[in-house]
Formats: sequence, structure tokens, C-alpha cells
Amino acid sequence: MTKKEIFKVSAFTENSVWKQILGICSALAVTNLLINSLVMGLGVIFTLALSGFTISLIRDLIPRRIRMMVQTLIIASYVIIVDLFLKAYFPEISKSLGPYVGLIITNCIIMGRAEAFAGKNSPLDSLVDGIGAGVGYTLVLLLIAFIRELFGFGSLFGIKVLGDWWQNWSIMVMAPSAFFMLAILIWIINSKSKKVG
Amino acid sequence: MELNPLIIFIAAIFTSNILLTNFLGMCSFLSVSKEIESSLGLGMAVTFVMTVTAALNYVVYHYILVPLDIIYLQYIIFIIVIAAFVQLTEMVIERFSPVLYYSLGIFLPLITVNCAILGVSLFMIIRKYTFLQSIAFGAGGGIGWLIAILALAGIRQKVKEKYVPSGLVGAGISLIITGIMALAFIGFSGVVVIQ
Repeated sequence: MTKKEIFKVSAFTENSVWKQILGICSALAVTNLLINSLVMGLGVIFTLALSGFTISLIRDLIPRRIRMMVQTLIIASYVIIVDLFLKAYFPEISKSLGPYVGLIITNCIIMGRAEAFAGKNSPLDSLVDGIGAGVGYTLVLLLIAFIRELFGFGSLFGIKVLGDWWQNWSIMVMAPSAFFMLAILIWIINSKSKKVG
Repeated sequence: MELNPLIIFIAAIFTSNILLTNFLGMCSFLSVSKEIESSLGLGMAVTFVMTVTAALNYVVYHYILVPLDIIYLQYIIFIIVIAAFVQLTEMVIERFSPVLYYSLGIFLPLITVNCAILGVSLFMIIRKYTFLQSIAFGAGGGIGWLIAILALAGIRQKVKEKYVPSGLVGAGISLIITGIMALAFIGFSGVVVIQ
């Protein structure tokens, strides 16, 4: 497979969120605001790409029995970098994301890609695969956040787009709407892909 | 913030359920909730590990990380504590109670990557809980998670025999059920509030 194909497969055809239902904890939690989703997505892309690269680089040196532990530690190191970076340059966003930045460590997408792809492929391919999976994840996040922020606050990226006549739907800000939005998204994509296939 | 640990315990189960309001532990929640028995097993294992690791991580954070000024390493340290504790529990259970090992053992490795466990430890630090409050929060969070997964497993067994639109089968319908459950749990929000 060429790099382009790898990217396409991991970002769209095998999208972690809607195909494999992975990593949805954070997908649900941060999607009440677009800006939070964007930052979270970038953090995940960074972690996915570099941890994939690193794990693939040392894949022959890791004893099989403890490979999960080693992978987790590599992932955790990159998450610490993301966390410190956010704390230093975007303290506001870091505060509103709260523990969810740290929870990138246990985001199953990252572990999933490490197990399924980085453990078997070359470092550069794993890097591309990581970016692809991260971009796919970010797109889903942004899509859900777009709907939730638009209806919940009448704004996009914090800028009011719906006028004063707009009555905010407070359900969109609360937890249940996140579940419903993701379910509807999965529904639409599943029915579409069945027609095509 | 001087909240009674009992209030935190109740609140963690109902008003700020770790799964239904903080979305933690979704992956194993969706994949294991097909059967009631395995849901119960995983739920109990999660409750146990969550309570103990909340206490362990509290001690590690306040007596090792803070004095040494290496708070930025908290993620790595917490995950090591959790993984080590899970491994230890697995070995102890295997040695002393093979029966329990067969029912719970297979779930233990799943727990290390369950974000609810790490999430509880991180929330406890962010909300500046005391030692007792942390234990109450861990136990309440675990029981809340157990209730949520049992409820979903029960409903899914009923739904299995009913007609579901083909695009929604599996994860889709589970998410909708969870959403309705989250709505129902909002009804508790008048009881106690913690944030």
C-alpha cells in the first residue's frame, strides 16, 4: 500500500469511531464546544502519529509479554507533552478540557492502532496511519461539536451565528445529546455504506 | 470544599454518574454489555479496582509526587500504579480463589485500559478531594458504572428480540439506550450536586 492509501483507509474506510466504535469516551465528552474538539483532535493526532512511529521503531526490541505496558508508557509520555504544551500556551482550554487530555492515554484508538498497525509495519507507514486515524477521529468530533454548539449555544467557535431570536436547546449542552448525536451519525453512515456496498 | 464523603458517594452513583455524565469507560461498556453475567463480573471488578486505585493514587500523589515536585509525571505514575495493581490482583485471585478467577479473571486485563479508572484518579486530583472523599468517590463511581452497565445489559437482552433498523444494530441502538438512561439520571440531579 502506498502512503496515500494507508491514510485513506485509516481515516475513512476503517474510521475508528464509527467503524470500530473506539475512543468514544472523549469523542462524547469534549464535543459541546468546537474549539475543545479541535484542540482535543490535534492532541490525539499528535499522540497517535508519534506513538505509532516510536512503537514501530522499537517493535522488535519489545518482549511480547510486556508490550502493552511499554506501549502505554510511550503513549503516556507523548500525552504529557501535549498536556504541558496546552497548560503553557492555552491555559483556558486546558482547564475546560480538564482530565480528558490525560485520558488520551486510555483512548482505545491509540492502543488499537499500536496493536493493529504499528506492531507490524514500518515506522513511516505507522506515522501516516496514525495521522490518518487521528484525522478521521477529529472529523467525527468536529461534526458532532458543530451540531451541538450550534443548537446548544447558537454559536460556532464561540462566535454568535444565530441571532437573538434563537432559543438555546439546553439538551444539546447536556450529556444525553452526545449519545444521541453519535448514534444518529453511526446510523446515517451505516445505512449509506450498506447502499454503496 | 468540605463535602461529607457520604454525599460524594451518593452523588458519584446518581447525579454525576461517571459513565452517563462524564462518558468514562465507554469502550468496555459497549462491548461487554451483551450479557448480564459478564456485565456483573466486569462491573464488580471495576468497582474494586477503582476504589483501591483511588486510595493508592491519592497516597502516591500527595506523599511522593508533590514533595518531589514531579507532578507532571502524574499520568505515567497513575497508569503504572493501576496496571501494577491489576496485575497483582489477578495473581492473588488466581492463587487463592480459582472460582472467582474464572468469573472475574478475564476482565482484569480489560480494566487497565478502562478510562474510568484513570479518570477517577484524575478527577480526584482536580477536585482536590481529601483521602476519605477520594475513596468514597472511587467506590461511588464504580457502583454507578456497575448500575449503568447492568441496566444496559438488561435492556439489550430485551431489544435483541425486537426489530431494530439495520443501520442501528449493535453500537447505534446501545448508544440511544444509553442516551435515554442519561436523560433518566438527570432526574436525580435535584438530590445532591457535586462539581
